[in-house]
Amino acid sequence: MTTTTPPTVNSVTQAAATQAAARFERLKDEPMQIAGQPIGAFTGFFGTIRDVIAHGSLLDLLIRRDLKSRYKDSALGFVWTLIRPITQLVIYFVILGQILGAAKGIPNFAVYVFCGLTIYNLFSEIVAGSTGSIVANAGLIKKVYVPREIYPLASIGSALFNFGIQLVVLLVATVVFGKFPAHAELLYFFPSTILILIYGTALGLLLSAANVYLRDMGYLVEVLLMLLMWGSPIVYAWSAVATRATGSKEWLLHIYTDNPITLAVLGFHRAFWLGGSESDYPSDMLIKMGVAGLIGLVLIYVFHRVFSKLQGNFAQEL
Amino acid sequence: MTIDTSRATVRTTRGEAAVPTVVTIENVSKKFVIRKDNSLKERIVTLGRTGRRNSEEFWALKNVSLTIPAGSTIGLLGPNGSGKSTLLKAIGGILEPTTGTIKRRGRLAALLELGAGFHPDLTGRENVFLNSAILGMSREETEEKFDDILNFAGIGDFIDTQVKFYSSGMYVRLAFAVAIHTDPDVLLVDEVLAVGDEAFQRKCMDKIHEFQEQGRTIILVSHSLGQVQELCDRAVVLAKGEVQFEGTAREAVKNFRDILEDRRVAEATALGEADAAITPGKVLSGTIRAEGRAPGEDFQPGDNLVITMTFSHETPLERWISGFKIENNLGQPVFGTHSKHLGITHAPLHGTATVEYRLDDIQFGGGAFFLHAYFAEPNGLHIAIKREAARFVMADDPTGEGTVRVAASMRQIAG
Repeated sequence: MTTTTPPTVNSVTQAAATQAAARFERLKDEPMQIAGQPIGAFTGFFGTIRDVIAHGSLLDLLIRRDLKSRYKDSALGFVWTLIRPITQLVIYFVILGQILGAAKGIPNFAVYVFCGLTIYNLFSEIVAGSTGSIVANAGLIKKVYVPREIYPLASIGSALFNFGIQLVVLLVATVVFGKFPAHAELLYFFPSTILILIYGTALGLLLSAANVYLRDMGYLVEVLLMLLMWGSPIVYAWSAVATRATGSKEWLLHIYTDNPITLAVLGFHRAFWLGGSESDYPSDMLIKMGVAGLIGLVLIYVFHRVFSKLQGNFAQEL
Repeated sequence: MTIDTSRATVRTTRGEAAVPTVVTIENVSKKFVIRKDNSLKERIVTLGRTGRRNSEEFWALKNVSLTIPAGSTIGLLGPNGSGKSTLLKAIGGILEPTTGTIKRRGRLAALLELGAGFHPDLTGRENVFLNSAILGMSREETEEKFDDILNFAGIGDFIDTQVKFYSSGMYVRLAFAVAIHTDPDVLLVDEVLAVGDEAFQRKCMDKIHEFQEQGRTIILVSHSLGQVQELCDRAVVLAKGEVQFEGTAREAVKNFRDILEDRRVAEATALGEADAAITPGKVLSGTIRAEGRAPGEDFQPGDNLVITMTFSHETPLERWISGFKIENNLGQPVFGTHSKHLGITHAPLHGTATVEYRLDDIQFGGGAFFLHAYFAEPNGLHIAIKREAARFVMADDPTGEGTVRVAASMRQIAG
């Protein structure tokens, strides 16, 4: 009472009453809305997008929270974001490249490996992070309603931040191990990154929702991400696969090449790695990327429908 | 007192104008499926028919329909598991109803669990911004209100400390302060008003009263019937997911007490049968009636009560005392006496004995009361007690509240 002692009771009541009348006036004009997630196949999708944009500042704060809490109380802080990929790079470069001899056919192997790792880490962080995002935020989901898509999206945000740091390391590495890739093909960076973002979002939405019902998803995703890494030309050359898969096995090559991760990794090589020639890449890469991107957009839509079907029961399943 | 009457007048004048509806609930049902298997393996192994056997359906809400006008304070009452919290979460959009729709308008804030969005590794300040963003405030709004929030929480310099180092009281105070400063049109409150020390609780109550005056709608779940009577103008009693009663807070509380009473009787019968075999002494009965009132009628102040108790003992008992206690529904002792207090010595007990106590001109406050009948050794050691042997309801006191009633009057002596 000490802080809010009114001058006289009457004047406060008067003020409150006018405030109340104004509130009623405003409420009368507001349309009634259905509580919870917007439903309906089309309105639902775009309604959610609008909803998420309206919660933009929350998304921003959630990303900051993820990043801040990750390295809170550690002496090195964000340096750890660098140490992990650099260690990875050293291992692949020394063990695979020099000792096992994978570097023989590939000039400037260090940059080559780090290109693939950078873009693949983005994908794997998005997928792994968003898969666990709904379960990790169970406390919030059970108590407050905000569009639930925000949680996987926040994981994408923090993955992007780490991606940015690794990208800087990659650019420094190109200069250290050779020269800066100042050529038009540097623009391949954009379709590659967008492709990964599209597929990361789509899979993130699906897996985050599925993980609520089946906690095995988290572990399954870990294993699949490990497999996928070796299923794309990160530590070996695409051409090595292309020369072996010929004739009757050519359809295998198509599956291998036309998947979005391989395309993105190849795109990154094209952008940052100067050692390649035309034969190191499949033909019509841009068209392939475009088609994969369109399919990805459809997948986002479909998986989001699944997500919003499932999200109604999140609060009770967690 | 002054604040309460002024609030009442605000409400009546408001009643004349057209009040918009903020929440409409139409035929809402909510089904929970309780599954006993939760991993992929179990799910696959028990696929199909056995899978269905492994899960149970449970209707937490059944065809609930309600309309809540702006500016009202609605209490949700019901025994544990009656669907109160589920309904609150459905209104908040946290749970999606299985059938039916809930429509609402205006800004909504939910005080379901304080500090749900707090991250232990962030400082108090960072958490304030995060939590108010979760509750739908923009950064600018939060900045504007930040000093108020800090003031209300009263945690001072700790605002820049990570919240994991907070005491639980500070944590809850900060969370409450954020939630209450979000300027909601509709506020959902679930059992959280009993947090912090007494001074802070008082502060919360004042804030709730202020909200009521400002025409905000409050939907409240509470087990404190006194709180519901004090705060709410209407209340809904839920039982097993269905609306049992809807009406004024007072009537609803009365209705709810009856439900609890039915349950208590059922439990007591089950318990009493098991107890009987062990003790050689027994309280056979204990009844209470008011002179001139039909059974079941509410007691009025000034009534004379007659308490009749019958005891039995297997072996002859030379010296003994009889007595009773009256408690209110919160278990607080209201009155009690025994034969030793009154200076009466009972004749030796052979077989059974019946005693009668008279209480003249009672002035208990409104609500339900319980009678515990007992008899004991002269040193006070209980031989047998029949808890809640009888129950009576005092008529509500229109002029005051509490466990006793006193003739009160008031005059203004200055100003």
